[in-house]
Amino acid sequence: MASIELNGLGHRYPGSSDYALQPQTMRWEDGGAYALLGPSGCGKTTLLNIISGLLIPSEGRVLFDGRDVTTLPTEQRNIAQVFQFPVIYDTMTVFDNLAFPLRNRKLPESEVRSRVAEIAEILDLSSELKRRASGLSAEDKQRISLGRGLVRKDVAAVLFDEPLTVIDPHVKWLLRRQLKRIHHQLKLSLIYVTHDQIEALTFADQVVVMYQGQVVQMGTPQDLFEAPAHTFVGHFIGSPGMNLLPCELNGDSIRVGEQSLAIPPALAQQLAQVSGPLTLGVRPEFVRCAAEGELASLHARVLRLEDLGTSKLLTVQLGAHQLKVKLGEHAELPGEQVQLALQPERTMFYAAERRVA
Amino acid sequence: MKTYNNKAWLLVLPVVLCVAFSAIVPLMTVVNYSVQDILGPDQKVFVGTEWFKLVMRDPELHEALGRQILFSAAVLAIEIPLGILLALALPAQGWRSSLALVLLAMPLLIPQNVVGTIWQIYGRGDIGLAGAALNGLGLDYNYTGDSMDAWLTVLVMDIWHWTPLIALLAFAGLRAIPEAYYQAARIDGASRLAVFRFIQLPKLRGVLLIGLLLRFMDSFMIYTEPFVLTGGGPGNATTFLSQYLTQKAVGQFDLGPAAAFSLIYFLIILLACFVFYSLLQNAGPTEKAEH
Repeated sequence: MASIELNGLGHRYPGSSDYALQPQTMRWEDGGAYALLGPSGCGKTTLLNIISGLLIPSEGRVLFDGRDVTTLPTEQRNIAQVFQFPVIYDTMTVFDNLAFPLRNRKLPESEVRSRVAEIAEILDLSSELKRRASGLSAEDKQRISLGRGLVRKDVAAVLFDEPLTVIDPHVKWLLRRQLKRIHHQLKLSLIYVTHDQIEALTFADQVVVMYQGQVVQMGTPQDLFEAPAHTFVGHFIGSPGMNLLPCELNGDSIRVGEQSLAIPPALAQQLAQVSGPLTLGVRPEFVRCAAEGELASLHARVLRLEDLGTSKLLTVQLGAHQLKVKLGEHAELPGEQVQLALQPERTMFYAAERRVA
Repeated sequence: MKTYNNKAWLLVLPVVLCVAFSAIVPLMTVVNYSVQDILGPDQKVFVGTEWFKLVMRDPELHEALGRQILFSAAVLAIEIPLGILLALALPAQGWRSSLALVLLAMPLLIPQNVVGTIWQIYGRGDIGLAGAALNGLGLDYNYTGDSMDAWLTVLVMDIWHWTPLIALLAFAGLRAIPEAYYQAARIDGASRLAVFRFIQLPKLRGVLLIGLLLRFMDSFMIYTEPFVLTGGGPGNATTFLSQYLTQKAVGQFDLGPAAAFSLIYFLIILLACFVFYSLLQNAGPTEKAEH
């Protein structure tokens, strides 16, 4: 078990002038479950490989419990990693697969047996130990990959690189629950890379959202949903994502297109400090249809209403922009025109993509 | 309601005809020869298994078969490990890799009789680079006079000619192993040897099986190279099975015994391939692509 610190860590692949990973500093606590979430090519696998030691970063340092491991080879880092595709040694039995990392480290055979038995118990693999590993299903193989990491006593953190990609959807839930149980049981630090927001949000205590080689927000699933720190977090998380409307500050109110929206004076003062164009962000969940003439509301033209089963999704035209509104299951189409009220404490303002208020 | 008719037979007819004239008819002709003594165009006697018994008792055949088995065993024992080692040593990518692959593939592009001629000159004691060099070093090397030298020359020639095939197959097999296997092995603390033993070798099994079968069949049927190099000599030192067969059929015109032996020869190769294939298939579970 260990805390992981990234100190000014950045990486450029040789021959490339762009950062695959922007220099950044971060600290991950011991025993936490973290998810690295982001679209393909955002640098999350690069970051993971740097932590596991498969890649040496071009700048900055990686510290495990304060110890500098930046240039330490993988095998000396006490890291376990589970890959996207199950990696098993298919000429070996399940038992030999699980014993492999221990035998490579020259542990006495009696200890190997007891450790393997213990881990097989946790992973529900006890009955399969004598079987040849290659005949198993993808999820069992993935369990073996995980087991080979957990079987080592000194493991500082277990890294997962999109481990459920090849698993059937109905088994995914099961495996994820098992993973959470193991996390509580063994108090391991887990780092889980995924591009699936549901996976990240259900698995992790802290979600680290990455975008174009940088961490744009680290927070609980609730933080990411209620107060996205970056417009990318806003539209990447949530379905559909956050509505983003360009706006301007105009005294004590905000101008959105042709319309004006009153805001509290404190907020207006805060926004007055910001230079550059502003963007208003509000999630479809935090917009509601207002009564005619209600204060702090925007006027919009209804485009369509879609039934999502448990809720309805209204799309409206507001000036040059479209806006999504999530309505209750039994909401009726309000007519051609609609008044929209934005929940003030859930309305965010962004400048240069970063949240300013 | 499905209607049944026999039109489909028309569709397979071309293939049936091709196979019949290219394989079945010639093979049956051989079977025909093997059970008859043909004395002239209209004079033939059915002799049953007489030719088979005769051939099986022939000491020359026993010697040729012994040489052949030894030769094929040596070819497989050297070319397969050497090919794997070469593939492991090849650069994985970049221009070095392309260059190495092209150089490696060159011997494969040379026809067998040209290979024989190249080595015939190359090994000559008076003007050949290898022969003259060996003699210059004080070794008494003369493939036309010494049976051992001739035998070794044929073996080295075959290794030079065909090891690249194994190397290319193994190289392709190695490239198909996903990077994650190597990363997982590093995390598991596996040694280089363990990576080879538990990842690379099992993943290469499919291509090595093909390589093994190809090299076995080819080496067991070797004809052109020793024929060009020494004509099967000195003495009978490099007379392998196919040359023995040719001598019987074309040299002595003993069609009956030659046909009988052809069938035996064919069955030996078929049996050996079946044994190799079954052994390797059962050595481990079948590889399934993970992707």
